[in-house]
Amino acid sequence: MDDLLQITLLSLAVSGVATSISLLIGLPLGTVLALSVFRSRGVVLSVVNTGMALPPVVAGLAIALLLWRSGPLGDLNLIYTPTAIIVAEVVIATPVILGLSAAGIGQLDPRLQVQLQGLGASRYQTVWWLWREARLSLLAALMAGFGSVISEVGAAMMVGGNISGQTRVLTTAIVLDVGRGDFGTAIELAGILLALAFIVNGVLTWAQQSGRRG
Amino acid sequence: MSSKAPSRRFRTAVCLVAALALSACSSASPATTAASTPPVPANPALILATTTSTQDSGLLDELIPAFQKATGYVVKTVAVGTGQALTMGQQGNADVLLVHAPTSEKPFMDAGFGVDRRLVAHNYFLIVGPKSDPAGIASAKTANEAFAKIAAAKATFVSRGDGSGTETKELAIWKANNITPKGQSWYVQSGQGMGATLQIASEKNGYTITDNATFIANTSKLQLTSLVQGDPSLLNIYHVISVNPVKWPKVNSVGAKAFADYVTSAAGQDLIGGFGKAKYGQALFVADAGKNEADLK
Repeated sequence: MDDLLQITLLSLAVSGVATSISLLIGLPLGTVLALSVFRSRGVVLSVVNTGMALPPVVAGLAIALLLWRSGPLGDLNLIYTPTAIIVAEVVIATPVILGLSAAGIGQLDPRLQVQLQGLGASRYQTVWWLWREARLSLLAALMAGFGSVISEVGAAMMVGGNISGQTRVLTTAIVLDVGRGDFGTAIELAGILLALAFIVNGVLTWAQQSGRRG
Repeated sequence: MSSKAPSRRFRTAVCLVAALALSACSSASPATTAASTPPVPANPALILATTTSTQDSGLLDELIPAFQKATGYVVKTVAVGTGQALTMGQQGNADVLLVHAPTSEKPFMDAGFGVDRRLVAHNYFLIVGPKSDPAGIASAKTANEAFAKIAAAKATFVSRGDGSGTETKELAIWKANNITPKGQSWYVQSGQGMGATLQIASEKNGYTITDNATFIANTSKLQLTSLVQGDPSLLNIYHVISVNPVKWPKVNSVGAKAFADYVTSAAGQDLIGGFGKAKYGQALFVADAGKNEADLK
């Protein structure tokens, strides 16, 4: 039957890459959103926060419509590949990281930014120190982003196709096993998924809580 | 502010997670099974759209790896139900179809979406239900009679409700009885594959119609028994259809033909005809390639 190790590593790889890309997009944009002042900022924030509630299966459907052979990006031959799942998961995780980063940075005392600039910090140094100050919220944002993609099944099913040995990840394998009545295997996979999430989040929480001793 | 310790921890954490993800990336390459003896074809990627019954019975778990090993193709099997498989063929989103709804396949072929439709195998539909048989269908001599009894007794009936070949057969039987089950309180539509639908029927002590392959493969986990079988109208025929490359030039027509050739070849037919004997003590499909369809019973 399916190789449990291969499925687990694929889940980790796909969700890990998707979360990393979402971090690269979401954190800078979230910072810009938090620190800049412009008229439609409220609207933009609302849109981003709505994006956090985007159902993964809807994101999957949207990406599938693009990537199907009959769709506009069909020539890329990405449908039913792990790359397609990564694309869909980036769509799911980016609003989460963006919104929570914006909230985390927006919560900082505005005088801190003024003080940093007063001390002669360049724009990049200011942002770096603001990130360090807000690291509790930013790490929470990262954990939320990872959580949103490691646990989703709708998008992976739609754009990945749950193909054995190619795009079958932990969540889609669980659905398949339940559909076949293999509850024992399904529970094993569920255990692995929870353990994986616990390990990753454990490491990130340890880093998050580091400054709080004494 | 001594912040060396926290930022070092932070860096360590990021490095750990990144290392974990990177090692996962390199080891998680798809388990492609390119054969060592036959040459790898020019375009090895093949999308097969097929029914959930071929997947839930376990046939594909044997057939696809054998095909991949023999030819070097890497098959992306999307098991969605005949209705959706035919739609995928119509939209050029699949290369080859393995389906079992002749009444739906005919308009598909007539409209020119498919080419090279070949008979592959057949098995039978069964009407299954709880051992207690509240609607008393065990005494029915035909499928039509059984369905009439279920409707009369208002017994729970679980339908696939997903446009599949099984649902097509089911709806035809209701129609023959002039009964409209949709909307009735006893009629349940699962919208899912055969395995899941059988589970729902089992849990709800209801009746359903299923192909015998999926039923036999799942029966140990179910509390259902086969009540009506053997009616000629319950014949379940599988065909392989290649998507028409004239309509969709991007389809892998060489690969589609290779798949159709394989499932109708002696090797493929032996595999299909022998499937299930070792595990369940009986064959789940009857291999039929090359036969005259009218001769099947």
